[in-house]
Amino acid sequence: MRAAVTILAVAALASVPLWLRDPYLLNALITTGIFVIGAMSLNLLLGFTGQLSLGHIAFFGIGAYVSALTSLGFDVGLPGDVRLVHAPWPPIAGSLLAILVAGMCGYFVGLLSFRVRGAYFVIVTISFAEVVRLVALNWVELTQGPLALTNIPSIALSLPGIGELTLRTKMQNYYLVLVVALVAYLLIARLVHSHFGRAMRGLMENETLAVSVGIDVTRTLTLAAVISAAIAGAAGSLYAHYIRIIDPEVFAFINTVTMVIMVISGGKGSLAGPVVGGLIFGLLPVALRPVMAPEAQWIAYGGVLIAILFVLPRGIVPSLAQRFIRRRSGAPALASVALTETGAKEPA
Amino acid sequence: MSEFLQHLVNMLVLGGTYALLGIGLTLIFGIMNVVNFTHGVLYTFGAYIMFIVVQQLGLNFFLALPVAVLAGWLLGATIELTLLRPLRGSDIDTTMLVMIGAWIAMQSGTLWIWGGVAKSVATPFPEAPLVLGPVSVSWLRLFVLAAAAMLILVTYLLINKTSLGRAMRATFQDHDTASLMGVNVDMIYTSTFAIGSSLAAAAGALLGPVYVIFPQMGDLAAVKAFAIVILGGLGNITGAVIGGFILALAEELGAGYVSSGYRDAMGFVIIIAVLIFRPTGLFARAERVG
Repeated sequence: MRAAVTILAVAALASVPLWLRDPYLLNALITTGIFVIGAMSLNLLLGFTGQLSLGHIAFFGIGAYVSALTSLGFDVGLPGDVRLVHAPWPPIAGSLLAILVAGMCGYFVGLLSFRVRGAYFVIVTISFAEVVRLVALNWVELTQGPLALTNIPSIALSLPGIGELTLRTKMQNYYLVLVVALVAYLLIARLVHSHFGRAMRGLMENETLAVSVGIDVTRTLTLAAVISAAIAGAAGSLYAHYIRIIDPEVFAFINTVTMVIMVISGGKGSLAGPVVGGLIFGLLPVALRPVMAPEAQWIAYGGVLIAILFVLPRGIVPSLAQRFIRRRSGAPALASVALTETGAKEPA
Repeated sequence: MSEFLQHLVNMLVLGGTYALLGIGLTLIFGIMNVVNFTHGVLYTFGAYIMFIVVQQLGLNFFLALPVAVLAGWLLGATIELTLLRPLRGSDIDTTMLVMIGAWIAMQSGTLWIWGGVAKSVATPFPEAPLVLGPVSVSWLRLFVLAAAAMLILVTYLLINKTSLGRAMRATFQDHDTASLMGVNVDMIYTSTFAIGSSLAAAAGALLGPVYVIFPQMGDLAAVKAFAIVILGGLGNITGAVIGGFILALAEELGAGYVSSGYRDAMGFVIIIAVLIFRPTGLFARAERVG
């Protein structure tokens, strides 16, 4: 049943470029898709370990910059008269490096930030993201600062039989994003239903109890942070090679907030949640654009976030799933069992 | 040496307003356990009240500060009553996200009403600075320091010498017990949020005329306030005052001797360093986990 819904949804998404010819809408779908990947990676931390990281955009941005710099090349002076020169590599190598470096950053940030919990964890993660933004802004020799890195090459795939295929058109990029999103979704689903996933959820429900049954808290949280950061790095790399220009504004706090809104509105701790929430909030600006000024859109954005937390605190997907199951069986008790299986957390 | 003295003087002026920001946030964070992302917006709001009163209404500069304090108090009480009171008892992440929503909405509202162009406020002080040996300081900055010091003193007396302050301190220690002793905890929460917000608005009204006023000015101010609270420890007013001056000193020295581009990074570096190496804050006794 769940598999059938997933396959139908993927088929529906895959058919979009075949009938949608409007380049503006297709562009909105591609950037939304990239942010959905980021939101899915954030959900791994927020929904399955319960840690609210508000610095998640740092890994996205690091992925974007690593990917861009690897494929553009750079020449910077380091302290002590050392010059670091790098000749351009193919974009696909940049993407792999982006995943690797973002994952490593996730490891170090996780190792340091998981020493504190709750509000302090949130504030430390914000601080890391802002420090990275300020470095990107001020290390002009490497990043061009506010002048932005431009002319980032598009991703090229070497396919057997066809030769090298450079992904320039919107349709090609749409399918690239869809494939990466699908891989990320399946990876997270596999992870969540493994032994490791149960350890993460155990930790979220009750950390003391989890420790008492032998779950290594630091190892579990750090591993979740590494995987989450690596996926965010992949999303950042896609972003850099699709938009083909990045500046330090990619690290803006509002981008993290966008991902958080996608996760919370869709339903944290639900695999489909970030996808549903992401599509709604990613495409909301497109729908509002003809009727509202940009500032008014942002006011609506903040208002909708507040409204969701008041009205649907558990998110759209878990609430709908519960209603669906209750109607079919008429037994609320069964509904809560089924929901625990999909990983949705009952409000404390 | 004279350069260093000049940095110290600048630190005093900045530190006073930072302390105001920090006290406001440490009260809210400490007593209500709410990570208040609207604190920066209240700072911006105070600055715009200054702009409205002085530039748009043409009233007296010195009248604008009390108006800003009062307006901040009212806006803070409104936020608490409409957004936080219905969510009493929900987890800290939920209230934090609601505060983020309110911050986005209010900041965009500011941008919508007044536009993104930076505004400046005319002051009644002479242009020529006061020169004391090797250092010089403008009269406006001296006024800012004096006003901030006065507001800090008033807040200190309010918390330590009045019955409202005693009830606030009791709620901070243990809100269940305070409630059993007849303290109206709901009222204390609203008052705390209103007082904290009015202090943020006062800081904005004081620093607005020193720099320029624009809708996003509160974002960095909020971060600085968080750094100060983490330095000084939760709910610790003296800690917040000392933390405000330490942050101002770190920024002045960082901008003067490292690179002015990294001035605003100091707050974040302090947050990361304190939480990693001394997570209880520099002066706090309370444990800080969970």
